[in-house]
Amino acid sequence: MLEVNDLSAGYGNTQVLHHVSLHVAPGQSVCLIGANGAGKTTLMRCIAGLLRPSAGRIAISDSDMTAAASARLGFGVALVPEGRRVFAPMSVRENLEMGAFRRLWPRRDRTVAGDMAMVFDLFPRLWERQKQPAGLLSGGEQQMLAIGRALMSRPRLLLLDEPSMGLAPRVVQEIFVTIRRLNAEGMSILLAEQNANMALRSAARGYVLAEGEIVRVAESSVLVSDPSVRAAYLGL
Amino acid sequence: MQTSSAFLQLLVAGISTGSIYALIALGFNVVFKSTGAMNFAQGEWVVMGGMISALLLGTFSSVGVACLLAVLLVAIFGLLSERLVIRPLRHPTALLITLVSIGLSICTRSFVMLTLGKKPVGYPGFSGATTISLGGVTFQAQTLWIVGLTLAFLVIMHFFFERSMLGKALRAAAADREAAAIVGVRVETTILISFGIAAFAGALAGAIITPLTLASYDQGAMFGFKGFSAAMLGGVGSLPGAVVGGLALGLLEAFGSFYISSDFKDAIAFAVLLLILFVRPSGLLGRADVVKV
Ligand SMILES: Nc1ncnc2c1ncn2[C@@H]1O[C@H](COP(=O)(O)OP(=O)(O)OP(=O)(O)O)[C@@H](O)[C@H]1O
Ligand SMILES: [Mg+2]
Repeated sequence: MLEVNDLSAGYGNTQVLHHVSLHVAPGQSVCLIGANGAGKTTLMRCIAGLLRPSAGRIAISDSDMTAAASARLGFGVALVPEGRRVFAPMSVRENLEMGAFRRLWPRRDRTVAGDMAMVFDLFPRLWERQKQPAGLLSGGEQQMLAIGRALMSRPRLLLLDEPSMGLAPRVVQEIFVTIRRLNAEGMSILLAEQNANMALRSAARGYVLAEGEIVRVAESSVLVSDPSVRAAYLGL
Repeated sequence: MQTSSAFLQLLVAGISTGSIYALIALGFNVVFKSTGAMNFAQGEWVVMGGMISALLLGTFSSVGVACLLAVLLVAIFGLLSERLVIRPLRHPTALLITLVSIGLSICTRSFVMLTLGKKPVGYPGFSGATTISLGGVTFQAQTLWIVGLTLAFLVIMHFFFERSMLGKALRAAAADREAAAIVGVRVETTILISFGIAAFAGALAGAIITPLTLASYDQGAMFGFKGFSAAMLGGVGSLPGAVVGGLALGLLEAFGSFYISSDFKDAIAFAVLLLILFVRPSGLLGRADVVKV
């Protein structure tokens, strides 16, 4: 589904990612754990096509998409960004419509309405608040909206950047139940998290990113019981 | 009778110039929303609207056709300005765009002066020089055109921003650029479109006011300043704010110049601007953005 090869990237003169390689098989759920500033968001933004890598390749569904940055988003890949980034002054429904922007403009795809119903079905609370400005939703509801917005483009690969950030444990549970459900329904998932505990419990494999380099990759069950991972990322 | 008809006369005058200010303020607000910058070329587009209409009237005998074409041409000029001057900026911060727009306004003024001349131009109203008398008030039929066309344009803009996907994309990009890019909106294109709309609104204002005032290459700064004050008064970045600010400024000018002194007319906008900056910098309809984290 996703194949990242020898990717390097950064901002201006500072290089953040160094020769990162990773892959997500179709239907697989993979997590990316790492401390503050490890480069998780930078990697997600590269994969989403928001940041141009300085070297390396990104392939999606076996076709090289390194050059086609703007073609990735809205066509098979969707990003739930760090910090949610909902369109605060716009209504919940409009936020979801914007998620399907590429399918509504310039030509209107009639099947979008069905996807909106699916999202409302997944998050009934969004249905209740569909006319409210997104900025007035609670943090958890905003996270649901950000996920719903991403789903509106009908992605096959969903990139989630710290969906647990700033949320109460109960809400985090709820979000992760949804993520697992999406994965069970066949969606490929790449999940970046500081909350390694939650991430490893919902992903099959995990990559450990430290200072812009992949330092470990293993099955989640292996990582969970690895003493160094436990010490560094699980606070045990 | 005497005072009430004077009152009505001033009301009509205030609403008609207020409509013009509302259109210019709308131009400021649309660009502000998409870039966070104040576009000081806005006033030049007003002048261009009037002067190009006058020029085209030599070729097309209908005032309406000439004005429509002129407004479209200026809109294209606005698009080109963005493409050639704003887009190439490597780090387009709001302050930089504002500064560049001042340069753009100076260049546009020179361009207008060199190509269209220094002489003030004018043309008859859309219904000729017809005047209308109503309840003791006499005004030019063009006044009705001004109010009607402004209203029509505002309604169209409202539906564009609230209903069309493109309008929603502009709002989304204004709210959060990165998030807009995430859902596949090309943010540079939304900025381009906002310049097109702003130029269209400005040129429309110029095309419909010129029958009452004449147009001359050097009026741009004044129009820009009035529209800017109206935008600040109503609340920068707000569409209803442009209307409220424009009408309020138009009425204040009309009544102020009558009851205080007509020499004071142009100072009113400045007084209003200062007052609003001192008392309520977010404008009449401005409010803190709806954000909760
Ligand atoms: N826009 C930017 N410009 C310059 N440097 C940046 C920018 N964004 C991130 N960085 C730097 O890149 C490094 C990696 O940041 P990144 O946001 O990718 O980390 P992260 O793993 O997502 O961290 P967190 O868990 O805090 O979200 C950091 O040192 C950060 O300071
Ligand atoms: Mg991050």
